[in-house]
Amino acid sequence: MRRVAITGMGMLSPIGNSRQAVAAALSGGVSGIRAMPEWAAVGDLKSHVAGLVSPFDPHQIPRTCRRTMGRLSLMAALAARQAVDDGALDPETLTSPNTGVIMGSTMGSVEVLDHFFGQFHAQHGINGLEGTMFMKVMGHTVSANVANLLGTRGQLLGLSSACASSTQAVGLACQMIQHGLGDVIICGGADEVQPTSVAVFDVLGAASRRYNHSPTSTPRPFDLQRDGVVLGEGAAVLILEEMDRARRRGARIHGEVLGYATNCDSSHMTQPGADLIEACMRQALVSAGIQPRDLHYINAHATGTTLGDAAEAAAIRALVGDAVPVSATKGYTGHLQGACGAMEAILCLMMMQDGVLQPTLNLEQVDPQCAGLAHLLKPLACRASLALSSNFAFGGVNASLVLAGG
Amino acid sequence: MADQQIIDKVNAIMIRDFEVAPALLAPEARLKEDLGLDSLDGVDMVVAAEREFAVRIDEEQARSIRTLQELYDCVTRSPPAPGSDANPEGH
Repeated sequence: MRRVAITGMGMLSPIGNSRQAVAAALSGGVSGIRAMPEWAAVGDLKSHVAGLVSPFDPHQIPRTCRRTMGRLSLMAALAARQAVDDGALDPETLTSPNTGVIMGSTMGSVEVLDHFFGQFHAQHGINGLEGTMFMKVMGHTVSANVANLLGTRGQLLGLSSACASSTQAVGLACQMIQHGLGDVIICGGADEVQPTSVAVFDVLGAASRRYNHSPTSTPRPFDLQRDGVVLGEGAAVLILEEMDRARRRGARIHGEVLGYATNCDSSHMTQPGADLIEACMRQALVSAGIQPRDLHYINAHATGTTLGDAAEAAAIRALVGDAVPVSATKGYTGHLQGACGAMEAILCLMMMQDGVLQPTLNLEQVDPQCAGLAHLLKPLACRASLALSSNFAFGGVNASLVLAGG
Repeated sequence: MADQQIIDKVNAIMIRDFEVAPALLAPEARLKEDLGLDSLDGVDMVVAAEREFAVRIDEEQARSIRTLQELYDCVTRSPPAPGSDANPEGH
Protein backbone atom coordinates (compact mmCIF):
# COMPACT_ATOMS: atom_id res chain seq x y z
CA MET A 1 0.00 0.00 0.00
CA ARG A 2 1.25 3.49 -0.82
CA ARG A 3 2.36 5.81 1.99
CA VAL A 4 0.84 9.23 2.55
CA ALA A 5 3.03 12.24 3.30
CA ILE A 6 1.80 15.55 4.67
CA THR A 7 3.53 18.22 2.64
CA GLY A 8 1.55 21.36 3.36
CA MET A 9 -0.46 22.97 6.15
CA GLY A 10 -2.60 26.09 6.36
CA MET A 11 -4.88 27.46 9.03
CA LEU A 12 -7.05 30.32 10.21
CA SER A 13 -8.08 29.83 13.81
CA PRO A 14 -9.07 31.69 16.96
CA ILE A 15 -5.45 31.41 18.13
CA GLY A 16 -3.85 32.64 14.94
CA ASN A 17 -3.91 32.76 11.18
CA SER A 18 -0.48 31.30 10.55
CA ARG A 19 1.63 28.48 11.86
CA GLN A 20 3.87 30.93 13.68
CA ALA A 21 0.99 32.70 15.43
CA VAL A 22 -0.63 29.41 16.43
CA ALA A 23 2.66 28.05 17.79
CA ALA A 24 3.15 31.20 19.84
CA ALA A 25 -0.36 30.96 21.30
CA LEU A 26 0.10 27.29 22.18
CA SER A 27 3.44 27.76 23.87
CA GLY A 28 2.20 30.89 25.63
CA GLY A 29 -0.93 29.20 26.94
CA VAL A 30 -3.10 31.80 25.20
CA SER A 31 -6.81 31.15 24.84
CA GLY A 32 -8.65 32.17 21.67
CA ILE A 33 -12.00 32.45 23.42
CA ARG A 34 -13.69 35.82 23.86
CA ALA A 35 -16.93 37.16 25.30
CA MET A 36 -19.82 37.71 22.90
CA PRO A 37 -21.96 40.22 24.82
CA GLU A 38 -23.89 41.04 21.64
CA TRP A 39 -25.42 37.58 21.81
CA ALA A 40 -27.34 38.65 24.91
CA ALA A 41 -29.77 40.19 22.41
CA VAL A 42 -30.62 36.73 21.06
CA GLY A 43 -33.62 35.60 23.07
CA ASP A 44 -32.91 32.75 25.47
CA LEU A 45 -29.41 32.06 24.11
CA LYS A 46 -27.39 31.49 27.26
CA SER A 47 -23.90 30.81 25.91
CA HIS A 48 -22.13 34.10 25.18
CA VAL A 49 -18.60 32.95 24.41
CA ALA A 50 -16.89 31.96 21.17
CA GLY A 51 -13.59 31.59 19.41
CA LEU A 52 -13.40 33.96 16.47
CA VAL A 53 -10.78 34.28 13.78
CA SER A 54 -9.04 37.63 13.91
CA PRO A 55 -9.79 39.98 10.99
CA PHE A 56 -8.41 39.00 7.59
CA ASP A 57 -8.55 40.63 4.17
CA PRO A 58 -10.92 38.78 1.80
CA HIS A 59 -9.59 40.90 -1.06
CA GLN A 60 -6.58 38.61 -1.20
CA ILE A 61 -8.98 36.38 -3.14
CA PRO A 62 -9.95 37.45 -6.69
CA ARG A 63 -13.49 38.81 -6.91
CA THR A 64 -14.73 36.13 -9.31
CA CYS A 65 -13.80 33.50 -6.73
CA ARG A 66 -14.74 35.53 -3.67
CA ARG A 67 -18.28 36.30 -4.87
CA THR A 68 -19.47 32.74 -4.18
CA MET A 69 -17.83 32.45 -0.78
CA GLY A 70 -19.51 32.74 2.58
CA ARG A 71 -17.30 33.36 5.58
CA LEU A 72 -16.38 29.70 6.03
CA SER A 73 -15.29 29.40 2.40
CA LEU A 74 -13.28 32.61 2.62
CA MET A 75 -11.39 31.18 5.59
CA ALA A 76 -10.96 27.82 3.83
CA ALA A 77 -9.68 29.50 0.67
CA LEU A 78 -7.05 31.45 2.57
CA ALA A 79 -6.01 28.37 4.55
CA ALA A 80 -5.84 26.33 1.34
CA ARG A 81 -3.65 28.92 -0.30
CA GLN A 82 -1.37 28.88 2.75
CA ALA A 83 -1.17 25.10 2.51
CA VAL A 84 -0.43 25.15 -1.22
CA ASP A 85 2.29 27.76 -0.68
CA ASP A 86 3.67 25.81 2.27
CA GLY A 87 3.72 22.65 0.16
CA ALA A 88 5.17 24.47 -2.86
CA LEU A 89 2.65 22.84 -5.17
CA ASP A 90 3.25 24.00 -8.74
CA PRO A 91 0.50 24.83 -11.28
CA GLU A 92 1.07 21.55 -13.08
CA THR A 93 0.35 19.62 -9.89
CA LEU A 94 -2.73 21.69 -9.09
CA THR A 95 -4.28 21.05 -12.50
CA SER A 96 -3.36 17.37 -12.67
CA PRO A 97 -6.30 14.94 -12.88
CA ASN A 98 -4.66 13.11 -9.98
CA THR A 99 -4.93 16.13 -7.66
CA GLY A 100 -8.21 16.51 -5.80
CA VAL A 101 -9.98 18.48 -3.11
CA ILE A 102 -11.89 16.97 -0.19
CA MET A 103 -13.11 19.51 2.34
CA GLY A 104 -15.65 19.16 5.12
CA SER A 105 -18.04 21.49 6.91
CA THR A 106 -21.08 21.11 9.10
CA MET A 107 -23.19 22.88 6.49
CA GLY A 108 -22.94 25.87 4.19
CA SER A 109 -22.56 29.44 5.38
CA VAL A 110 -24.86 29.90 8.36
CA GLU A 111 -24.63 33.68 8.02
CA VAL A 112 -25.90 33.54 4.43
CA LEU A 113 -28.60 31.01 5.29
CA ASP A 114 -29.84 33.34 8.02
CA HIS A 115 -29.91 36.17 5.49
CA PHE A 116 -31.70 34.04 2.88
CA PHE A 117 -34.47 32.88 5.17
CA GLY A 118 -34.81 36.31 6.73
CA GLN A 119 -35.39 37.85 3.32
CA PHE A 120 -37.52 35.00 2.04
CA HIS A 121 -39.89 35.01 4.98
CA ALA A 122 -40.09 38.80 5.21
CA GLN A 123 -41.57 39.01 1.72
CA HIS A 124 -42.57 35.39 1.12
CA GLY A 125 -40.77 35.68 -2.17
CA ILE A 126 -37.43 35.53 -3.84
CA ASN A 127 -37.07 39.08 -5.10
CA GLY A 128 -33.71 40.51 -4.20
CA LEU A 129 -31.97 37.18 -3.68
CA GLU A 130 -28.56 37.16 -5.33
CA GLY A 131 -27.60 34.51 -7.86
CA THR A 132 -24.40 33.79 -5.95
CA MET A 133 -26.25 32.95 -2.74
CA PHE A 134 -26.71 29.24 -3.34
CA MET A 135 -23.00 28.73 -3.94
CA LYS A 136 -22.40 30.07 -0.43
CA VAL A 137 -24.79 27.68 1.30
CA MET A 138 -24.65 24.45 -0.70
CA GLY A 139 -23.35 21.37 1.06
CA HIS A 140 -20.07 21.28 -0.83
CA THR A 141 -19.50 25.03 -0.78
CA VAL A 142 -16.11 24.76 0.92
CA SER A 143 -14.70 22.17 -1.47
CA ALA A 144 -16.10 23.86 -4.54
CA ASN A 145 -14.79 27.27 -3.61
CA VAL A 146 -11.34 25.97 -2.69
CA ALA A 147 -11.14 24.11 -6.02
CA ASN A 148 -12.35 27.19 -7.88
CA LEU A 149 -9.65 29.33 -6.29
CA LEU A 150 -6.83 26.83 -6.80
CA GLY A 151 -7.90 25.76 -10.28
CA THR A 152 -7.89 22.04 -9.56
CA ARG A 153 -9.41 19.63 -12.07
CA GLY A 154 -9.34 16.27 -10.32
CA GLN A 155 -11.90 14.83 -7.95
CA LEU A 156 -13.98 17.16 -5.79
CA LEU A 157 -15.78 15.88 -2.71
CA GLY A 158 -17.63 17.72 0.01
CA LEU A 159 -17.98 15.90 3.30
CA SER A 160 -20.48 16.77 5.96
CA SER A 161 -20.54 14.95 9.28
CA ALA A 162 -20.65 17.93 11.65
CA CYS A 163 -17.72 17.85 14.06
CA ALA A 164 -16.04 14.88 12.33
CA SER A 165 -16.21 16.42 8.84
CA SER A 166 -12.58 17.31 8.37
CA THR A 167 -11.32 14.23 10.22
CA GLN A 168 -13.20 12.18 7.68
CA ALA A 169 -11.96 14.40 4.86
CA VAL A 170 -8.34 13.82 5.85
CA GLY A 171 -8.99 10.12 6.48
CA LEU A 172 -10.69 9.57 3.15
CA ALA A 173 -7.97 11.50 1.34
CA CYS A 174 -5.42 9.25 3.02
CA GLN A 175 -7.23 6.09 1.97
CA MET A 176 -7.62 7.31 -1.60
CA ILE A 177 -3.91 8.02 -1.94
CA GLN A 178 -3.04 4.73 -0.24
CA HIS A 179 -5.11 2.89 -2.83
CA GLY A 180 -3.92 4.85 -5.85
CA LEU A 181 -7.07 6.91 -6.33
CA GLY A 182 -5.16 10.17 -6.31
CA ASP A 183 -1.60 11.43 -5.85
CA VAL A 184 -2.21 14.77 -4.14
CA ILE A 185 -5.32 15.69 -2.17
CA ILE A 186 -5.99 19.07 -0.61
CA CYS A 187 -8.13 18.27 2.39
CA GLY A 188 -9.48 19.71 5.61
CA GLY A 189 -12.49 21.66 6.75
CA ALA A 190 -14.03 24.94 7.75
CA ASP A 191 -16.96 26.33 9.70
CA GLU A 192 -18.14 29.71 10.89
CA VAL A 193 -19.84 30.78 14.10
CA GLN A 194 -23.20 32.46 14.26
CA PRO A 195 -25.71 32.60 17.13
CA THR A 196 -27.75 29.99 15.30
CA SER A 197 -24.80 27.58 15.28
CA VAL A 198 -24.34 28.00 19.03
CA ALA A 199 -28.08 27.52 19.49
CA VAL A 200 -27.69 23.91 18.29
CA PHE A 201 -25.68 23.13 21.41
CA ASP A 202 -27.41 25.62 23.71
CA VAL A 203 -30.84 24.02 23.29
CA LEU A 204 -29.30 20.67 24.23
CA GLY A 205 -27.74 22.21 27.34
CA ALA A 206 -24.32 21.34 25.91
CA ALA A 207 -22.94 24.86 25.41
CA SER A 208 -20.80 26.56 28.04
CA ARG A 209 -22.80 29.16 30.00
CA ARG A 210 -21.11 29.73 33.34
CA TYR A 211 -18.04 31.52 32.04
CA ASN A 212 -19.60 34.28 29.95
CA HIS A 213 -17.74 36.82 32.09
CA SER A 214 -14.44 34.93 32.17
CA PRO A 215 -14.32 33.56 28.61
CA THR A 216 -10.74 32.34 28.66
CA SER A 217 -11.67 29.97 31.51
CA THR A 218 -13.76 27.87 29.13
CA PRO A 219 -13.98 25.31 27.58
CA ARG A 220 -12.55 23.08 30.29
CA PRO A 221 -11.91 19.66 28.75
CA PHE A 222 -11.88 16.84 31.34
CA ASP A 223 -12.13 19.36 34.21
CA LEU A 224 -14.52 18.89 37.10
CA GLN A 225 -15.95 22.36 36.47
CA ARG A 226 -16.51 21.95 32.73
CA ASP A 227 -19.89 23.07 31.50
CA GLY A 228 -19.96 22.52 27.78
CA VAL A 229 -18.82 23.36 24.29
CA VAL A 230 -17.46 26.74 23.22
CA LEU A 231 -17.92 27.07 19.50
CA GLY A 232 -15.13 28.43 17.39
CA GLU A 233 -14.68 29.22 13.75
CA GLY A 234 -11.81 28.57 11.43
CA ALA A 235 -10.36 26.58 8.60
CA ALA A 236 -7.57 24.04 8.44
CA VAL A 237 -6.10 22.48 5.32
CA LEU A 238 -3.54 19.75 4.77
CA ILE A 239 -1.80 18.70 1.59
CA LEU A 240 -1.63 14.91 1.47
CA GLU A 241 0.73 13.50 -1.11
CA GLU A 242 1.91 10.08 -2.14
CA MET A 243 5.22 9.60 -0.31
CA ASP A 244 7.44 8.66 -3.25
CA ARG A 245 6.17 11.59 -5.26
CA ALA A 246 6.82 13.95 -2.36
CA ARG A 247 10.35 12.62 -1.95
CA ARG A 248 11.09 12.78 -5.67
CA ARG A 249 10.27 16.46 -5.83
CA GLY A 250 12.14 17.19 -2.63
CA ALA A 251 9.07 18.37 -0.73
CA ARG A 252 9.35 19.28 2.92
CA ILE A 253 7.52 16.46 4.70
CA HIS A 254 5.77 17.53 7.89
CA GLY A 255 4.67 14.03 8.72
CA GLU A 256 2.65 11.09 7.55
CA VAL A 257 -0.90 9.85 7.88
CA LEU A 258 -0.33 6.28 8.98
CA GLY A 259 -3.86 5.15 9.57
CA TYR A 260 -7.49 6.07 9.78
CA ALA A 261 -10.77 4.56 10.87
CA THR A 262 -14.33 5.70 11.23
CA ASN A 263 -17.41 3.98 12.59
CA CYS A 264 -20.93 4.78 13.69
CA ASP A 265 -22.50 4.37 17.10
CA SER A 266 -26.05 4.00 15.92
CA SER A 267 -27.41 3.47 19.43
CA HIS A 268 -27.92 7.21 19.98
CA MET A 269 -27.90 10.32 17.82
CA THR A 270 -26.09 12.58 20.28
CA GLN A 271 -24.89 10.53 23.26
CA PRO A 272 -21.34 9.25 22.75
CA GLY A 273 -20.55 5.67 23.70
CA ALA A 274 -17.11 4.66 24.97
CA ASP A 275 -17.14 1.20 23.41
CA LEU A 276 -17.38 2.34 19.82
CA ILE A 277 -15.00 5.24 20.39
CA GLU A 278 -12.44 2.76 21.64
CA ALA A 279 -13.21 0.41 18.73
CA CYS A 280 -12.62 3.27 16.29
CA MET A 281 -9.30 4.16 17.89
CA ARG A 282 -8.18 0.52 17.82
CA GLN A 283 -9.20 0.12 14.20
CA ALA A 284 -7.19 3.23 13.26
CA LEU A 285 -4.15 1.83 15.05
CA VAL A 286 -4.55 -1.51 13.29
CA SER A 287 -4.70 0.28 9.94
CA ALA A 288 -1.48 2.08 10.91
CA GLY A 289 0.15 -1.17 11.96
CA ILE A 290 1.01 -0.01 15.47
CA GLN A 291 0.06 -1.02 19.00
CA PRO A 292 -1.80 1.35 21.35
CA ARG A 293 1.18 1.71 23.66
CA ASP A 294 3.43 2.62 20.76
CA LEU A 295 1.69 6.01 20.76
CA HIS A 296 3.53 9.02 22.14
CA TYR A 297 0.57 11.36 22.30
CA ILE A 298 -3.22 11.39 22.09
CA ASN A 299 -5.08 14.53 21.05
CA ALA A 300 -8.55 14.12 22.48
CA HIS A 301 -11.74 15.45 20.92
CA ALA A 302 -12.84 16.51 24.44
CA THR A 303 -15.10 19.46 23.78
CA GLY A 304 -15.79 20.11 27.45
CA THR A 305 -19.19 18.44 27.72
CA THR A 306 -20.06 16.32 30.73
CA LEU A 307 -20.98 13.17 28.84
CA GLY A 308 -18.66 13.42 25.87
CA ASP A 309 -15.44 13.93 27.82
CA ALA A 310 -16.29 11.11 30.22
CA ALA A 311 -17.03 8.68 27.39
CA GLU A 312 -13.84 9.56 25.57
CA ALA A 313 -11.81 9.30 28.77
CA ALA A 314 -13.26 5.81 29.35
CA ALA A 315 -12.28 4.82 25.82
CA ILE A 316 -8.72 6.11 26.17
CA ARG A 317 -8.42 4.48 29.62
CA ALA A 318 -9.39 1.15 28.09
CA LEU A 319 -7.02 1.70 25.19
CA VAL A 320 -3.81 2.79 26.91
CA GLY A 321 -4.57 3.46 30.57
CA ASP A 322 -2.20 6.15 31.77
CA ALA A 323 0.67 5.09 29.50
CA VAL A 324 0.29 7.80 26.85
CA PRO A 325 0.14 11.60 27.36
CA VAL A 326 -3.27 13.05 26.55
CA SER A 327 -4.40 16.62 25.96
CA ALA A 328 -7.27 18.46 24.33
CA THR A 329 -6.32 21.53 22.34
CA LYS A 330 -9.90 22.76 22.30
CA GLY A 331 -9.00 24.44 25.58
CA TYR A 332 -7.11 26.94 23.40
CA THR A 333 -9.18 27.05 20.22
CA GLY A 334 -12.71 26.21 21.25
CA HIS A 335 -14.57 23.75 19.09
CA LEU A 336 -13.92 24.51 15.42
CA GLN A 337 -16.74 22.15 14.39
CA GLY A 338 -16.11 20.90 10.86
CA ALA A 339 -12.57 22.26 10.95
CA CYS A 340 -11.50 20.71 14.24
CA GLY A 341 -10.20 17.39 12.91
CA ALA A 342 -7.82 18.95 10.40
CA MET A 343 -6.82 21.68 12.84
CA GLU A 344 -6.02 19.18 15.57
CA ALA A 345 -4.04 17.04 13.12
CA ILE A 346 -2.00 20.14 12.31
CA LEU A 347 -1.53 20.88 16.02
CA CYS A 348 -0.31 17.30 16.58
CA LEU A 349 2.24 17.69 13.78
CA MET A 350 3.40 21.06 15.09
CA MET A 351 3.82 19.77 18.64
CA MET A 352 5.76 16.72 17.44
CA GLN A 353 7.98 18.88 15.24
CA ASP A 354 8.58 21.35 18.05
CA GLY A 355 9.27 18.57 20.57
CA VAL A 356 6.82 19.91 23.14
CA LEU A 357 3.38 18.43 23.88
CA GLN A 358 1.07 21.16 25.10
CA PRO A 359 -1.30 20.63 28.02
CA THR A 360 -5.08 20.96 28.14
CA LEU A 361 -5.75 24.62 28.81
CA ASN A 362 -8.20 25.14 31.72
CA LEU A 363 -7.77 21.60 33.02
CA GLU A 364 -7.17 22.31 36.70
CA GLN A 365 -8.96 19.55 38.56
CA VAL A 366 -9.48 16.33 36.65
CA ASP A 367 -13.04 15.04 36.93
CA PRO A 368 -12.93 11.59 38.59
CA GLN A 369 -14.95 10.35 35.61
CA CYS A 370 -12.10 11.43 33.35
CA ALA A 371 -9.29 10.18 35.58
CA GLY A 372 -6.84 7.36 34.97
CA LEU A 373 -5.27 9.00 31.93
CA ALA A 374 -1.87 10.67 31.59
CA HIS A 375 -3.46 14.13 31.37
CA LEU A 376 -1.00 16.83 30.40
CA LEU A 377 -1.34 19.62 32.94
CA LYS A 378 1.83 21.37 31.82
CA PRO A 379 3.99 21.31 28.68
CA LEU A 380 5.95 18.10 28.18
CA ALA A 381 9.23 18.33 26.27
CA CYS A 382 9.81 15.00 24.56
CA ARG A 383 10.62 13.30 21.29
CA ALA A 384 7.14 12.34 20.14
CA SER A 385 6.60 10.88 16.70
CA LEU A 386 3.34 8.90 16.84
CA ALA A 387 0.01 10.55 17.63
CA LEU A 388 -3.65 9.58 17.66
CA SER A 389 -6.21 12.31 17.02
CA SER A 390 -9.93 11.60 17.23
CA ASN A 391 -13.17 13.45 16.70
CA PHE A 392 -16.79 12.53 17.29
CA ALA A 393 -19.97 13.98 15.91
CA PHE A 394 -23.75 13.94 16.15
CA GLY A 395 -25.09 10.94 14.33
CA GLY A 396 -22.77 8.67 16.29
CA VAL A 397 -19.85 9.38 13.98
CA ASN A 398 -16.44 8.48 15.36
CA ALA A 399 -13.24 9.12 13.41
CA SER A 400 -9.58 8.62 14.34
CA LEU A 401 -6.35 9.51 12.57
CA VAL A 402 -2.92 8.09 13.32
CA LEU A 403 -0.16 10.55 12.50
CA ALA A 404 3.60 10.28 12.38
CA GLY A 405 5.75 13.37 12.75
CA GLY A 406 8.57 14.86 14.69
CA MET B 1 -32.14 59.23 -21.67
CA ALA B 2 -30.73 58.37 -18.28
CA ASP B 3 -30.08 61.23 -15.92
CA GLN B 4 -26.73 61.80 -14.29
CA GLN B 5 -27.92 60.56 -10.90
CA ILE B 6 -28.73 57.15 -12.37
CA ILE B 7 -25.42 57.03 -14.22
CA ASP B 8 -23.51 57.87 -11.06
CA LYS B 9 -25.34 55.30 -8.96
CA VAL B 10 -24.98 52.51 -11.54
CA ASN B 11 -21.30 53.32 -11.85
CA ALA B 12 -20.99 53.22 -8.08
CA ILE B 13 -22.48 49.71 -8.08
CA MET B 14 -19.99 48.66 -10.75
CA ILE B 15 -17.11 49.91 -8.64
CA ARG B 16 -18.40 48.66 -5.27
CA ASP B 17 -19.91 45.29 -6.15
CA PHE B 18 -17.96 44.29 -9.23
CA GLU B 19 -14.69 46.07 -8.55
CA VAL B 20 -14.55 47.60 -12.01
CA ALA B 21 -11.86 50.23 -12.45
CA PRO B 22 -13.55 53.67 -12.67
CA ALA B 23 -11.59 54.52 -15.81
CA LEU B 24 -13.41 51.76 -17.68
CA LEU B 25 -16.90 53.12 -16.99
CA ALA B 26 -17.72 54.61 -20.38
CA PRO B 27 -21.34 54.39 -21.61
CA GLU B 28 -20.32 52.29 -24.59
CA ALA B 29 -18.36 49.82 -22.42
CA ARG B 30 -19.59 46.26 -22.93
CA LEU B 31 -20.39 44.56 -19.64
CA LYS B 32 -18.87 41.22 -20.62
CA GLU B 33 -15.98 42.01 -22.93
CA ASP B 34 -14.84 45.33 -21.49
CA LEU B 35 -15.84 45.19 -17.82
CA GLY B 36 -15.37 41.46 -17.22
CA LEU B 37 -18.85 40.64 -15.92
CA ASP B 38 -20.20 37.15 -16.61
CA SER B 39 -23.66 35.58 -16.45
CA LEU B 40 -23.51 35.11 -12.66
CA ASP B 41 -22.55 38.76 -12.26
CA GLY B 42 -25.42 39.70 -14.57
CA VAL B 43 -27.97 38.26 -12.14
CA ASP B 44 -26.44 40.02 -9.16
CA MET B 45 -26.11 43.26 -11.10
CA VAL B 46 -29.85 43.29 -11.71
CA VAL B 47 -30.53 42.55 -8.04
CA ALA B 48 -28.21 45.38 -7.00
CA ALA B 49 -29.84 47.82 -9.43
CA GLU B 50 -33.34 46.84 -8.35
CA ARG B 51 -32.37 47.38 -4.74
CA GLU B 52 -30.63 50.70 -5.38
CA PHE B 53 -33.42 52.24 -7.47
CA ALA B 54 -36.42 50.40 -5.98
CA VAL B 55 -37.47 49.24 -9.45
CA ARG B 56 -38.44 45.90 -10.94
CA ILE B 57 -36.34 45.03 -13.99
CA ASP B 58 -37.92 42.72 -16.54
CA GLU B 59 -35.96 39.49 -16.97
CA GLU B 60 -36.06 39.59 -20.77
CA GLN B 61 -34.84 43.16 -20.80
CA ALA B 62 -32.12 42.33 -18.32
CA ARG B 63 -30.86 39.54 -20.56
CA SER B 64 -30.62 41.91 -23.53
CA ILE B 65 -28.37 44.44 -21.77
CA ARG B 66 -24.95 44.53 -23.41
CA THR B 67 -23.49 47.93 -22.55
CA LEU B 68 -23.46 50.30 -19.62
CA GLN B 69 -25.66 52.73 -21.57
CA GLU B 70 -28.24 49.99 -22.05
CA LEU B 71 -28.15 49.34 -18.32
CA TYR B 72 -28.67 53.06 -17.55
CA ASP B 73 -31.59 53.11 -19.97
CA CYS B 74 -33.09 49.92 -18.62
CA VAL B 75 -33.07 51.29 -15.07
CA THR B 76 -34.68 54.51 -16.34
CA ARG B 77 -37.48 52.62 -18.10
CA SER B 78 -38.18 50.08 -15.36
CA PRO B 79 -41.33 50.43 -13.26
CA PRO B 80 -41.15 50.87 -9.51
CA ALA B 81 -41.03 47.70 -7.47
CA PRO B 82 -44.40 46.72 -5.98
CA GLY B 83 -44.83 48.43 -2.64
CA SER B 84 -42.10 50.98 -3.23
CA ASP B 85 -42.64 54.74 -3.21
CA ALA B 86 -40.25 55.33 -6.09
CA ASN B 87 -41.25 57.60 -8.93
CA PRO B 88 -40.38 55.81 -12.19
CA GLU B 89 -39.74 59.08 -13.99
CA GLY B 90 -37.81 60.93 -11.36
CA HIS B 91 -36.15 58.09 -9.43
